[in-house]
Amino acid sequence: MKKTVISVKNLVKKFGSFTANDNLNFEVYEGEIFGFLGANGAGKTTALRILSGLSSPTSGEVIVAGYNAKKDPEKIKKNIGYMCQKFSLYSDLTIRENIMLYGGIYGMPKTLIIKRTEDLLDKLSFHEYSDRLIADLPLGLKQKLAFSVAVFHEPKIVFLDEPTGGVDPITRRQFWEMIYETANRGITVFVTTHYMDEAEYCNRVSIMSEGKIVAIDTPAKLKEQYGAKTVEEVFIKIARPDNRPHPLPSPSRLSGRGGNWVGIE
Amino acid sequence: MKRFLGFVKKEFLHIFRDFRTLIILFGIPTAQILIFGFVVSTDIKDAGVAFLDLSKDEISQKLSDKICSSGFFKRTEDLFNYNDINKILKRGKIKAVIIFEKNFGRNLISENKATLSIIADGSEPNTATLITNYITAIVADFNRELVNTSGAGAMLVQPEVRMFYNPGLKSHFMFVPGVITLILILICALMTSVTITREKEFGTMEVLLVSPLRPVQIILGKVMPYFLLSFINVILILLLSWFVFGLPVKGSLVLLLAESMLYILMSLSLGILISTVSSTMQQAIFISMIGMMLPTILLSGFIFPIENMPKIYDWVSSILPPRYFVVIIKNIMIKGTGFLYVWKETLILMVFTAVFIGLSVRNFKIRLE
Repeated sequence: MKKTVISVKNLVKKFGSFTANDNLNFEVYEGEIFGFLGANGAGKTTALRILSGLSSPTSGEVIVAGYNAKKDPEKIKKNIGYMCQKFSLYSDLTIRENIMLYGGIYGMPKTLIIKRTEDLLDKLSFHEYSDRLIADLPLGLKQKLAFSVAVFHEPKIVFLDEPTGGVDPITRRQFWEMIYETANRGITVFVTTHYMDEAEYCNRVSIMSEGKIVAIDTPAKLKEQYGAKTVEEVFIKIARPDNRPHPLPSPSRLSGRGGNWVGIE
Repeated sequence: MKRFLGFVKKEFLHIFRDFRTLIILFGIPTAQILIFGFVVSTDIKDAGVAFLDLSKDEISQKLSDKICSSGFFKRTEDLFNYNDINKILKRGKIKAVIIFEKNFGRNLISENKATLSIIADGSEPNTATLITNYITAIVADFNRELVNTSGAGAMLVQPEVRMFYNPGLKSHFMFVPGVITLILILICALMTSVTITREKEFGTMEVLLVSPLRPVQIILGKVMPYFLLSFINVILILLLSWFVFGLPVKGSLVLLLAESMLYILMSLSLGILISTVSSTMQQAIFISMIGMMLPTILLSGFIFPIENMPKIYDWVSSILPPRYFVVIIKNIMIKGTGFLYVWKETLILMVFTAVFIGLSVRNFKIRLE
């Protein structure tokens, strides 16, 4: 039996009369890459904020990294990493200063911060840039660095909120290699994305629509179940069941090798 | 605590790396003080005066020398008849004409009374008032000397002008407190609101909130450097006003610094409040500048006395915190009064601070929901 790191039971989040999360139930296992899909407004962000301890559920039980999201959000925060859509490092600080800052915020001892910083700079071959301001780096490098910083304190889970927006295909490919490598180290990766081809890289995906989780399984099983060739087809069938069964003559998906990258907005 | 210190250090890096921030922090206050002091100064220094001495005796000579050696006036011209007065005033170089009547000295000795007329250029009413006040003050001084030396009951004019607290009518005495008040609220509120909304706009706030840093620590960490730098600013302004304009702090320096800290704290919490209601830096700048600078300059009593305002402005100004700090700082700096005279204003500032912090916390919670 795999170890559960995120367990969500009957999660409901209401804003006034609007129900953003309507009775969500799912589990995420250790070392897994879990894709959290859904159209804009489906309730992904709300759920993500609850899981990361930013917001409190209206009802239901949410356990993240062994802590209850309602009672111990601060303890959750110590055990997770987070990278958001917007680039989140400080562009007027150098690479080294950014890493040191986040290491310090997560309460890592200084010697460890210094050692890991060197390791990280080695790994990314960033040594020559290490004292340059972030502002001077190309976007691809920035995103890689932001991800590395998000897992710098070796969290149990890292939440990635549409991490690859606006990045070129090659960098995206490299980015996913980093995600795999991270998952292999035992860090659970929880990723939301608009890019359906990226969903294929996940171990399991869930698809949200109008506040509910309407499908959750491995990409292969979902495709089989819905008789679809790609996760994108599955997504379209689920998210927009009535209006168009086959809206797009599915463009060739060249996962990560420089094909079309269609974002579902 | 270590987390927090690392975070504060980062905030200092932001400030010291951004040239514009540094200019706003230190350049503007220095410039303001110097500009207000030298350019906007309403003091008189070497103002041109002309003399029409119809008596030309020893005493009139002595008095005109005294006026000219005061440093405020410069003898620019000597006139010989009344017709020249209008002509010379029109030229604008001369601010006033001083006329000694015929037989000035003799009248003084025989009748104990002589007339000195001052004709000032009324097109600049402020300067004119100042000049006439200065001259009458000098004449009064001259009278005293005469009494002391000759023992005679000699009286020239009876100048009943006496200035409390600011005998020289020095204008720095009025504007230094005003500039401190204005600069602190502007810088503190503007800088904090901008630095916090910047994190919101760039998305780094999200990451900070997800981190183990508590929201309180984030806000304190962002505000702390500005608290320190603003405090340094106060000291800088006080030193400038002391060394450049010779304006010392009459009352307790400790009390003045403590009150300044309270005022800085109040302004910082106002900045935090602004940051909770604005989502972009532009918005924050707009609210801080327009919403605060104009009312502070116009309504805080810094330049225009509140007593002269229509009642409605008086009410409006009573919700402006700078109004109270101007009173506090004027009392301590210029009149040299103690805490007993400013406790009410101090209390009001404390209430403002508490209200701003309370509202910010409420807004912040709503946002997190």
